[in-house]
Order: sequence, then C-alpha cells, then structure tokens
Amino acid sequence: MTIVIGFEGSANKIGVGIIQDGKVLSNPRRTYITPPGQGFLPSDTARHHRSCVLEVLHEALEEAKIQPKDIDCVAYTKGPGMGAPLVSVAIVARTVAQLWKKPLLGVNHCIGHIEMGRLITGAENPTVLYVSGGNTQVISYSEHRYRIFGETIDIAVGNCLDRFARVLKIPNDPSPGYNIEQMAKKGKKFVELPYTVKGMDVSFSGILSYIEDMAHKMLSSGECTPEDLCFSLQETLFAMLVEITERAMAHCGSQEVLIVGGVGCNVRLQEMMEIMCKERSAKLFATDERFCIDNGAMIAQAGWEMFRSGHMTPLEDSWITQRYRTDEVEVTWRD
Amino acid sequence: MECQAESDSRQRTREYLAGLKLLKQGAEARVYQGKFLGKAAVVKERFPKTYRHPALEEKLTHRRTAQEGRAILRCRKAGIPAPVIYFVDYVTNCIYMEDIEGSVTVRDYIMTAQKNGRNLHDLAEKIGKILARMHDEDVIHGDLTTSNMLLRPPHQDLDLVLIDFGLSFISALPEDKGVDLYVLEKAFLSTHPNTEEIFSALLKSYSASSKKSSPVIKKLDEVRLRGRKRSMIG
Ligand SMILES: Nc1ncnc2c1ncn2[C@@H]1O[C@H](COP(=O)(O)OP(=O)(O)O)[C@@H](O)[C@H]1O
Ligand SMILES: [Mg+2]
Repeated sequence: MTIVIGFEGSANKIGVGIIQDGKVLSNPRRTYITPPGQGFLPSDTARHHRSCVLEVLHEALEEAKIQPKDIDCVAYTKGPGMGAPLVSVAIVARTVAQLWKKPLLGVNHCIGHIEMGRLITGAENPTVLYVSGGNTQVISYSEHRYRIFGETIDIAVGNCLDRFARVLKIPNDPSPGYNIEQMAKKGKKFVELPYTVKGMDVSFSGILSYIEDMAHKMLSSGECTPEDLCFSLQETLFAMLVEITERAMAHCGSQEVLIVGGVGCNVRLQEMMEIMCKERSAKLFATDERFCIDNGAMIAQAGWEMFRSGHMTPLEDSWITQRYRTDEVEVTWRD
Repeated sequence: MECQAESDSRQRTREYLAGLKLLKQGAEARVYQGKFLGKAAVVKERFPKTYRHPALEEKLTHRRTAQEGRAILRCRKAGIPAPVIYFVDYVTNCIYMEDIEGSVTVRDYIMTAQKNGRNLHDLAEKIGKILARMHDEDVIHGDLTTSNMLLRPPHQDLDLVLIDFGLSFISALPEDKGVDLYVLEKAFLSTHPNTEEIFSALLKSYSASSKKSSPVIKKLDEVRLRGRKRSMIG
C-alpha cells in the first residue's frame, strides 16, 4: 500500500489531493477568481495560494481520514507554470516533507494530467490531447517518453479563450471557458474566423487578434451577437484541435483518444471528438471538471507512479521551473 | 438546393467506391484502391467531417482537394516525384491518382530499418534533396511527416514519392519554408526516437541542394527558439 499526497498550484488553482493505490481519498481545491476583463497576475495569485494552502491541506487530510504518518511521499508541481505561485506551493510541500520526514518528489504538471486521465478512464495507450490555459499539445507514448506530435506554435487554446472573454468582459466565475461554453449554446450565426493548421501543429494568435480587432465593430453594427461570437470561436478552435488529434492518430496508428486539461471538460469539444472517433471506429476517453481542471490528486497520481518506480527528489534539487516540457521526463513506470 | 446532376454524380461515386478496396483511413481521407480507365489507381475521398460546422466543412474540404491537385501538378512539372493525377471530382471531393503499387511509407521503412540496424543516411539525404527542390519551386507542403512520403519498390532503391498535399500552398517566404521544416523535424523526431543525427543529415543535404537555403535555415532556428521560449503559463 502506497499513499501519496500531491500539491498543485501552477496557475490560478490551488489543490491538495491524496491517492492510495489508484483510489482518490480526497481532492479539495480553491480557485483565484479575478473581476471580468482581468487576467490573474503571478504575485496576486501566489498571495491567494499562500492564504489558503494550509486550510486546503487540512481539508485534504481530514476528508481522507489519514494522519501524516500514513503518507509515503509528498509530491508537488515542479513546473511548468507561473513562477511565484509554483514557489508558494513548493515551499509548503518542502516544509511538510521535512516535518513529517517523508521523501519529496517534483512532478511535471502535464504528466500529472496524463496519468490522472489514464487512471480515471482506464485508457490503455491513448493519443492524448492536452488542452489548458497554458498548453496545447497532442501527445503519444513510445519508448519511455510522452512524445509531442503536435502543439500550438504560439498561444494555448485556453489562453485564447480567456483573452477573448476579457475582450467581451465575460465573467471569470467559475471560469471564462465555462461561461463561453454556456453562451455558445445560444449562438446561431457562424462567423468565419481564421483557421490555421500546420500538419499536427496549430496557431491561435491570428484568431485572437482578428477578434480583438473586429469584435466591437461587429457587435455594435448588429452583425452578430456576443453569443454568436462565442459559438463561432468554439466551433473554429475545436475543429482545429480535433483535426490535429485525428492527424496524429492516423500517423501513429492509434485507436484511442484521451482529452485532459482544463479546456477538456468542455462538452462541445468532447462531442466533436466523439464524432471524429466514431468515423474511424476509435474510442474517446474524457473526464469531468473534478479531474480535468488542475487539482492535487493528479500530482499525487503521477507522484505515485514515479515513487513506485524509484524516483525521489533530494531537498537541494527541489526547485521549480516555469518551462518544463512533457517530453523531458523519462517515463520509467511504463513499458 | 443541389442540382440533379450533382446528386447523380454523388450517387455514381458512392456506387463506384463501394466496389473498391479500402486501403487506408488516413488523417482526413479514405484511400481506396482499384482501376481507373484500366490503370492501377487510388481514390482519395475527403468525406464530409460531420464534427465541424457545415460552413467550415465545405470550405476546408473543397480548398484542400483543390490545393492537393494543384500542388501535385506543380511538383510534377518541376520534376519532383508525386503521383500522377488522373481526375479530380469537386462534387464529391475525390482525387483519382496513380497507385504507387507495392510502396511503403517512409515511416514504416524507417521503423523496420531501425529494428534491423540498417543505415538511414542515404534516405535522409534523399529526403533533404527532394524537399529542397520542392521549396525552390515555392511549394510549401504543409504536412510533412514520414507517413506522407512513399518509397516505390524495390524499397532499398530509395525511389521517393511525396503525397498528401492537402495543406500545401505556394509561398516564397523563408518563414513558411522554415515552418515546413520545423513541422517535419518535430514529427520525425517524435515518431522515430533517437534519430537526431539522421535528421541533421537530412537538413545538411537540404542546405547543400537548395539555392535559397540559408535564410530558410535561419528561420528554422528562429521558430525552434520561439517554441522553446513559449510561455506555458495559465
Ligand atoms: N498514390 C498512392 N499510392 C499508394 N498508396 C497511397 C497513395 N496515396 C495515399 N496512399 C496511402 O494512403 C495513406 C493516406 O493517404 P494520404 O494522402 O496521406 O491521406 P490523408 O490526408 O488522409 O493522410 C498514405 O499514408 C499511403 O499509405
Ligand atoms: Mg497523410
């Protein structure tokens, strides 16, 4: 029996999760929400995390009904993400690891998403679409690495959605993406937007600058409604994502897709992916907001796999890094 | 409303394809194998993608069918190996072309070669040379991977054929050519682990063969750096 506690705080969510051999014992989380039209700044986000991390930690232990002595390893997000929030959480992980005399483990955030998705859905060897505020990647496993077949060549899809929400002053509560999704359901008119796919790569900056230039003109002239824009933006972005996922599947000969990351709980994206999969007799795996959106359990789960295959992070190496590619990690726990 | 002639044509194509053998479901099309006017042919059918909005679907599918036909023609005129196009049907978005009989994809060839410890230097040089010629004609492929290159039999002769030009376009800009190589580099290295040396032989051969390679390679370096520096925040 191995119990791992995971600390996550690489963006505007702070979460602590506890995993015991594939079972989620607890996974509480808080989100730092900014006013409409505003993004989250590193220093404010770190302050938010510092102010509630201990409360979240207590909640995690209580709900899991375990004592610190039952824990085998303390995992934390090493990167990628925002510097200040990453540091604020890593310090807590480092401190409790020393207090409780437990080994420490720095985890790649993206690997956390993938391992959590595999655990929850039971997907064997899927092509992974990882879509969040900071990342957009199409990944496939081979020879001990999660290899990146496609990615954004500029901004992440979640970043594109968030910044679009700021242009239209769409509220950030519970998340800009969720509110765009609800508004898109009422959209009717399809407004044509730039569509840029380069092999298995995509580009979103052209769409964003087009919308930033045109949105207010189109809205004030009555050419379309905010709902139409949400609808058209989703249809265009997600069509690009499904297309590059399919291209990677054909190239790798894969018959499974797993969607992970915060944008992955968008039901329209899942629906489109499902249709694509049906057309090629493949299978779709997806999770809901509990596990798609950043959380502590995903760091605990990746930590569990790493710890069981012999990894540990010595105290002097327990730093964080803002850039940390998915394919830098040697995946020793898979064949 | 669709006119009678168009729906008749759809019906005819459906019946015709039903009699052929499905060779592969590729990244965006189904590829069938059969005969066209007595010649060994494949039919690449870009069937409608129902996951995307009909307006987007119609535009993309039509554009890609047209682009593929056009780019292959331009390549062949310049002596760059690509399948002969027999017929393009814009109603059903089908391209009828030469079947590269007995071919393997470069992807499968490399995988077998790696298993058997065979040297891949000559292949890398060959690919570099052909891509240089293609870029010198200002053709940007748009989807360079080892799945989109075939080898005619006997495979060890390295008689390379480029396919799948649906994402291609015409441009003389070093930036577009650099991105084309960047897309290939990432697809190549992630598909074939531990081939860094082979890929650099490919680039070396590209540089030696192309008249305009130095600004392209400079752009490639720039795009790589952009990738490495990209923020992963949020
Ligand atoms: N002219 C051809 N001759 C023989 N095989 C072909 C030919 N064209 C395509 N194929 C086979 O079909 C596969 C898919 O074709 P491709 O043009 O790449 O379509 P997609 O855009 O769907 O990937 C190729 O990888 C190859 O194996
Ligand atoms: Mg192809």
